[in-house]
Amino acid sequence: MATEETHYLNATHGWKSWLLTTDHKRIAMLYLISITLMFFVGGTMAVLFRINLLQPEGIFSAETYNRLFSMHGIVMVFFFLVPSIPATLANFLIPIMIGAKDLAFPRINLLSWYIYIIGAVFAMFAIIRGGVDTGWTFYAPYSSTYSNSYVLTAAMGVFIAGFSSILTGLNFIVTVHKMRAPGMTWSRLPLFVWANYATGLIQVLGTPVLAITVLLLAFERIAHVGIFDPNIGGDPILFQHLFWFYSHPAVYIMILPGMGVISEIVACFSRKRPFGYNFIAFSSMGIAVLSFVVWGHHMFVTGEAMYTSVAFSFLSFMVAVPSAIKVFNWTATMYKGSVSFDTPMLYAFGFIGLFTIGGLTGLFLAALATDVATHGTYFIVAHFHYVMVGGMVMAFLGGLHFWWPKITGRMYPEAWSKFACMIIFIGFNLTFFPQFILGYLGMPRRYHAYPPEFQALNVLSTAGASILGIGYLIPMIYFAWSIKFGPKASANPWNAAGLEWQIASPPTTFNFDETPTVTEEAYDYDGARYYEPMEEVVG
Amino acid sequence: MSTHAHAPGHAASGQHHTPVPKVRTLVAVWAALIVFTFLTSWVSEIELGEWNIVVALLIALTKASLVAWIFMGVRYSTTLTRLFCVAGLVWLMILVLLTYSDYSTRGWTYQAAPWSTNKSAGSSLK
Amino acid sequence: MLGMWTFLITEVLFFGGMFGAYAVYRNMYPGAFASTSRYMDVVLGGTNTAVLICSSLTMVLAVRAAQLSKRKDLILFLILTMIFGSAFLGVKAFEYHSKWVEHLVPGFGFQYEHAPEYLHPAQLLFFLYFCMTGMHAIHMIVGLGLLTYLLVQAVRNQYNEYYFAPVEMIGLYWHFVDVVWIFLFPLLYLIGQRH
Repeated sequence: MATEETHYLNATHGWKSWLLTTDHKRIAMLYLISITLMFFVGGTMAVLFRINLLQPEGIFSAETYNRLFSMHGIVMVFFFLVPSIPATLANFLIPIMIGAKDLAFPRINLLSWYIYIIGAVFAMFAIIRGGVDTGWTFYAPYSSTYSNSYVLTAAMGVFIAGFSSILTGLNFIVTVHKMRAPGMTWSRLPLFVWANYATGLIQVLGTPVLAITVLLLAFERIAHVGIFDPNIGGDPILFQHLFWFYSHPAVYIMILPGMGVISEIVACFSRKRPFGYNFIAFSSMGIAVLSFVVWGHHMFVTGEAMYTSVAFSFLSFMVAVPSAIKVFNWTATMYKGSVSFDTPMLYAFGFIGLFTIGGLTGLFLAALATDVATHGTYFIVAHFHYVMVGGMVMAFLGGLHFWWPKITGRMYPEAWSKFACMIIFIGFNLTFFPQFILGYLGMPRRYHAYPPEFQALNVLSTAGASILGIGYLIPMIYFAWSIKFGPKASANPWNAAGLEWQIASPPTTFNFDETPTVTEEAYDYDGARYYEPMEEVVG
Repeated sequence: MSTHAHAPGHAASGQHHTPVPKVRTLVAVWAALIVFTFLTSWVSEIELGEWNIVVALLIALTKASLVAWIFMGVRYSTTLTRLFCVAGLVWLMILVLLTYSDYSTRGWTYQAAPWSTNKSAGSSLK
Repeated sequence: MLGMWTFLITEVLFFGGMFGAYAVYRNMYPGAFASTSRYMDVVLGGTNTAVLICSSLTMVLAVRAAQLSKRKDLILFLILTMIFGSAFLGVKAFEYHSKWVEHLVPGFGFQYEHAPEYLHPAQLLFFLYFCMTGMHAIHMIVGLGLLTYLLVQAVRNQYNEYYFAPVEMIGLYWHFVDVVWIFLFPLLYLIGQRH
């Protein structure tokens, strides 16, 4: 075999070269391993509590069930979804997409990973010691005064992980402003970069409020100063205001990068420049701004003032508009495009359909009257899983498949990947569609037991969950397999446009031998050279 | 004392040539800040009812603006920096004002009442 | 520099949560909040405000000195800034101690003899007092640490008209901490009449 080319994976060896690296690509890999582990921790909890829900009277105790769903939420939100695409795919790709050698602050990048790990250790410690039973939302006064679980430990884990998120966002913002290659104007940026830039803005503006909220909660729990305790003058709703001021924008931190991925995939597999590039770019910014003025829709039934609720309801309808704009633009991109059905595109189709359902059901919840009926039921659970799992996780998997050849230099097996995508799609819908019905029929969430008439739908949901779980395991296996045994990939197996496809797979440590000068608009798919049939991928 | 109108060359870090501020200006701002501190303490002794907090915040805002504009160099900064400055304040306002609006409007209830007490008005629908 | 401004935005929002809590509770309990001013020493608080303002002046003069490659002036102004900062913390420590002695620390035997009907909301105000000034003090201490780093580097002649970015950045941080105090002073010390 010819001498192996040097790239970022084999340029240096030894654990120090990985644990002390400042190469954004290696840090992205460190993150990828960490969040995958956390995904399976959170997923295990889901399996357990779905087993509990097979029986109307429950199988575990209420106490145990409460801890399971709480830890599932905390792990999935703070340790999987929030970092997912930004810390892995965006970390890897943003410098390359803008023609830079690394991010603006490489050491802060590494620091953010270590901070994430420390936060994860706190969270794992809380899990091992028995977990938290307050729900991932840590509502006072239960969390601050009455809960006997490891609230402080879990809260500290969340507090620490928040700083990892802030540093990542800060890094992306400065990088996109200051490190673009000559000729890479804002209007030539890939939409993936726009999406992650907007995400960085949200991270920087919102996460500090989570930090102070968790800190106030900790003080309340330790010293009982009364800030959230109604018995001594405090207001538990204040906790909810402060908590949701971050946590609502947080859901946009979770979804925006996924939307960026979909823009890239749809463009490549329709062989067309994204329709309405400006609209998609500005809608990312619009979502970033509007996401901060809608948090009250989580509090319609917990005692928020009526007129404030009306204002939040109206604004929540508004925030749906930019997301809808994106969906229309992706669809328009496919129209009269040359659509192929490779695995990343299948995931993109899944995203567009499922995210739309999730987003539309969000409108049901933005309307005050219907929210009153569905708040605290499985309707909400189904809604956010449709956007987060049907949307975000599918986007993440789609992005992983799309850029896998670039990241690892290997291709995954196409037949298995399509099969896994189908399993995931079927399993997902079987799990969560019944939950819409359950919620509509009135089954409350966060209860370990339920009236017997809901059992059939719950059994369906659990069956779906087991299929979904298998669906997630399959890519883990073939991705791992592909690193050693997968066919080697060329620099541009998809014939895609973008700077990342013009360098080697995998890239060298400093990405570019010379800083590129950008002269063309982004997504130059109209040029005839991209209209060749896709070549055999084996290099 | 000698002052340069412009720093020769540019700072290795930034893309902007930061002009060197005049000591006069800096001391003047310092003096203004001290005066405002006395002012705000003095005004707080005067009973103005709910306007006390307004005056206090206005004075504080003036002081903060002086610090930002002169001491932090926003007067020489790029539009982007100013945008970031303003954005931070705007987001703070969103947090405080929108949360506050919940509490201040809790008492605003709405009493539903029929539009008309004329019984025959509704019966035409039957 | 953009990175430091971005970081300062995060700090605005971080303190902002506490300002939000303050706004809500002051609106809810105006009488109780006003009654706490008799325990706040305006002379000390005002002096501390002046001390911080002086430290901001010396800080910006330090940045200016670096810009003009005046190493001795830079070192002098950095030291002065640190002296002012430490003086601030010293006064704060004294104030905290007197609060402790007067049983005004929430969660540690809080008492409010002169107006028992305001006990709980006053405890809220004092909690916010300790929380906000405490966070501020922590930021000051970090600032002193950063200034120490600058001082060491300045002594080693690392800064001149071509390279003074760290001085400028840490200057921004220091001014920001001053701005936070500019708001804390009226909100915590000047709520009600004291006589």
